Amino acid sequence: MGRLGRSIALVCLLAFCLGQAPPAGAMDGPAVVTVAQAGVGGPEGEALAGEGPGAAAGGEAAPGGSPWLTQGVIESLASSKVNDRDVAIGALSGDPSDGATEVLRALLEGRLMVERSTMGLFVARPDGTYGDLATGETIGDAGGRNLRKAGINNRQREGLVSVINNRTLLSPNLAVRRRAAAALVPSKNVDPVLIADLLTRETDPLVAKSYGKILALHTLQDKGARPGEVIEALGFLGANLTPEAREYMRNLAEGDDPGVARAAQAAMASQDSQLEHIAFFETIFFGLSLGSVLVLIGIGLAITFGVMGVINMAHGEMVMLGAYTVWGLQSLLPGQAGLALILAIPVSFVVTGLVGAILELSIIRYLYDRPLETLLATYGVSLVLQQAVKIFISSNNRSVETPGFMSGLLYLSDHLTVTYSRLYIIGFCLVVFLMINLVMHRTRLGLEVRAVTQNRAMAQAMGVNSRRVDTFTFVLGSGVAGMAGVALSQLTNVGPNLGQSYIVDSFMVVVFGGVGNLWGTFLGGLIIGMANKFIEPINGAIMAKILIMVGIILFIQRHPSGLFPQKGRAAAL
Amino acid sequence: MRIFDLSTKIFCAILVCAVGFLSVGVLAPEGSLFHVQPYTALIIGKYLCYATLALSIDLAWGYLGILSLGHGAFFALGGYAFGMYLMRQIGAKGVYAASNLPDFMIFIGWDRLPWYWLGSHSFLFSCLLVVLAPGLLGFAFGWTAFRSRVSGVYFSIISQAMTYALMLAFYLNNLGFGGNNGFTDFKTILGFDLHSNGMVGSLLAISGLVLLLSYLLCRYLAVSRLGLVLVAIRDNEPRVRFAGYRVETVKLFIFTLSAMMAGLAGALYVPQVGIINPSIFAPVFSVEMVVCVALGGRGTLYGAVFGAIMVNACKSTLTSAYPMAWPFVLGGLFVAVAVFLPQGLAGLFFPQGESKLKNALGRLFGTRKPAGDPPADTEAEGDDGSEAGPEPAEGYGYGRAGRGIVNE
Repeated sequence: MGRLGRSIALVCLLAFCLGQAPPAGAMDGPAVVTVAQAGVGGPEGEALAGEGPGAAAGGEAAPGGSPWLTQGVIESLASSKVNDRDVAIGALSGDPSDGATEVLRALLEGRLMVERSTMGLFVARPDGTYGDLATGETIGDAGGRNLRKAGINNRQREGLVSVINNRTLLSPNLAVRRRAAAALVPSKNVDPVLIADLLTRETDPLVAKSYGKILALHTLQDKGARPGEVIEALGFLGANLTPEAREYMRNLAEGDDPGVARAAQAAMASQDSQLEHIAFFETIFFGLSLGSVLVLIGIGLAITFGVMGVINMAHGEMVMLGAYTVWGLQSLLPGQAGLALILAIPVSFVVTGLVGAILELSIIRYLYDRPLETLLATYGVSLVLQQAVKIFISSNNRSVETPGFMSGLLYLSDHLTVTYSRLYIIGFCLVVFLMINLVMHRTRLGLEVRAVTQNRAMAQAMGVNSRRVDTFTFVLGSGVAGMAGVALSQLTNVGPNLGQSYIVDSFMVVVFGGVGNLWGTFLGGLIIGMANKFIEPINGAIMAKILIMVGIILFIQRHPSGLFPQKGRAAAL
Repeated sequence: MRIFDLSTKIFCAILVCAVGFLSVGVLAPEGSLFHVQPYTALIIGKYLCYATLALSIDLAWGYLGILSLGHGAFFALGGYAFGMYLMRQIGAKGVYAASNLPDFMIFIGWDRLPWYWLGSHSFLFSCLLVVLAPGLLGFAFGWTAFRSRVSGVYFSIISQAMTYALMLAFYLNNLGFGGNNGFTDFKTILGFDLHSNGMVGSLLAISGLVLLLSYLLCRYLAVSRLGLVLVAIRDNEPRVRFAGYRVETVKLFIFTLSAMMAGLAGALYVPQVGIINPSIFAPVFSVEMVVCVALGGRGTLYGAVFGAIMVNACKSTLTSAYPMAWPFVLGGLFVAVAVFLPQGLAGLFFPQGESKLKNALGRLFGTRKPAGDPPADTEAEGDDGSEAGPEPAEGYGYGRAGRGIVNE
């Protein structure tokens, strides 16, 4: 094809240049609003319609009053004849407004519906409702209307792809333009002349880079390109990471021209080192995120185990209960996953804190001088809690929703992305750690906890109610475990065995970091998380875990008190 | 010091009678008064293996104060070692009849046995491996742990991590131990059919014999001079060290011995149950066995055996009748034993250990004068309710059962 697309694109380009002074949207204010209301759908559609200045201005849209959406166009689009539709598509393609783009996009994606009786046009939205193009009204559902998809054939489809591509490239909205430029693939739909032309006008460096890549890739594919051009393109691609150019580079590196071959090899080497850097940063990031999960779980253990000398094998189940709190709140507040998740942080603290209080007052209180018995008793409690969840909720995993602000990717560069959920969890871990440190060092309770840790008898002699301190410490530790569960609910499946799978690791974190030392737990968790992620690519996930455990066992042998041993009298106990 | 005190005599008598009766009963013709279903014999045999494992835990925990939450690993290693022999016995009778390789190896595309399967066709070598493999692991683990004086709760947690790591490893398919499914579908031992009544009876008898010998060995250790050192280490390790004993060596010896005993139990467990897979490595299995010992009463030996048999019998009946309830019962048992029965059932019935047992039994049979012993309940909860609050005590609150032995 190419010719239709190219001609249409050039028309657009012309219109774009002409329309530079008043932005495209302003010219067709009402039209944009109409289309926005008709809900041409998709997040992009909404973004586009919202961007145009007309969207805010034209509150009372004149239905059907736009230059492009004439009754004739609607009838031709709804027609079952190919030629009629060609006319309509041509008319719409000639219109530079975003509204027209969205109608074309709806047609391409099969979301443009025709009512058989009236030949009216409707746009299906992702949420199941329909927008009437002629009037701009929204109707709840197809409700009895006899709708069919508007017809389109393959030739028209190809034409539309390139029209839409090129038109989004012309969008005044920078984000849309960047996305469109990044999505470009060197193929028959992309015209190098057009791109080169666009490149000269483009002011945004990111979009310009995307154009540069496309042009360079095109040069590599072009059999007739001169060696000088190819070398220049290779230099550009080598400096800007383009994995899809790899195949061409390999071919060129084995080619006849020594200059080109050398340039191709250099470009490949440069790409390799960039990829290595990206992999390295990704590993660090994953290590950090795993580490912060371990820290989140371990920190509660460090409080109960380190500070009180109590082994709480039910700690993992506290984490599990915290994760189930998220599920419970999301079931109570349907449709408000984000609110439920944020509410779950304090609620889970209270819930698991309460469970911890019951546990402490009924069982652990009687076992303080018998650590091994505590271990067994809490193991029993963990079995009971697991089974209780299995019976009263379900033994299957529950699905926890990820709210919008947690999902998605953060682009650090073209190829280096991090997920928001992991980023938030790292931040959450830091906040929790900070808060615990504040509690321990800036509050009366923290002072008493530290006093009891260092010398229980002396603290009692100074008037500290050590039983009360024990209870509060245990509640704090359990509550923090619940908050860890909230974080975990966003990373893994929420099921009755959630806690079990992390408990051994987090005990290792506490022992590795040095019992009774919160900083030790923090650094220990991060180190173990990192080490895990760095070993994983070499030996696989399970072997990494095994190696880490063996490593820790050997480390404990050299340093029995962990990374940060307790000093002074506390160490002797 | 006599090995054969009253409790040992009674234990041996019961064990020999019961196992003898059962293993002969399997061979008895059907319909006979003494006939025992092979299925029953297999179940009892399994319990005896658990009992041997519990005994090995009791030796380390009850006498030496080392609580290992990873004894299941030694049990499983013994089981895998013998399972290798049983797999080789299947030979060409497997599903892929063309090869002598175990089925799972053919399945993952191996064309020959890895080096560590060398010698597994030999019965004698396998029997040796059954004790050597767990013994070696126990030695290596104990050596690293004890030399750096890792003890108490740390040791428990690290031993749990050890068995957890092994579980993960054995789940791997390319380790060469059958991965998820482990070893199963055994056919013969030494060419004899595994499912014949004679074999079932012999396995039961051997399990009983192993339990008996292990018991006597533990008993011998307990009453020997070494036994005194063990209890002393349990009650005050630094003092024993200052007295000039090599605490690490003693601990290492007992721990390795205990691991070997557990391995032997595992080896007998596999042919009777017919399967070995990585779930035995799961920490919860080891902890369950520890609770058996705690329930029966640690430091008494017979308590461990009794606890293991009772808990597992309960488990069998309850899991078939009320499958949902078993974790509650087990969990409740953990808590109840820890809070109310620190000395286990043995401590409940015979509060001051061996000598009291003698007295109680004497009273029961009317051969001895009842001694003026204090009531059981107040004695068991002696220093708990004091107002001074919990103290960071060094002893683990092991009660008088152990000291009874020292005093004897």
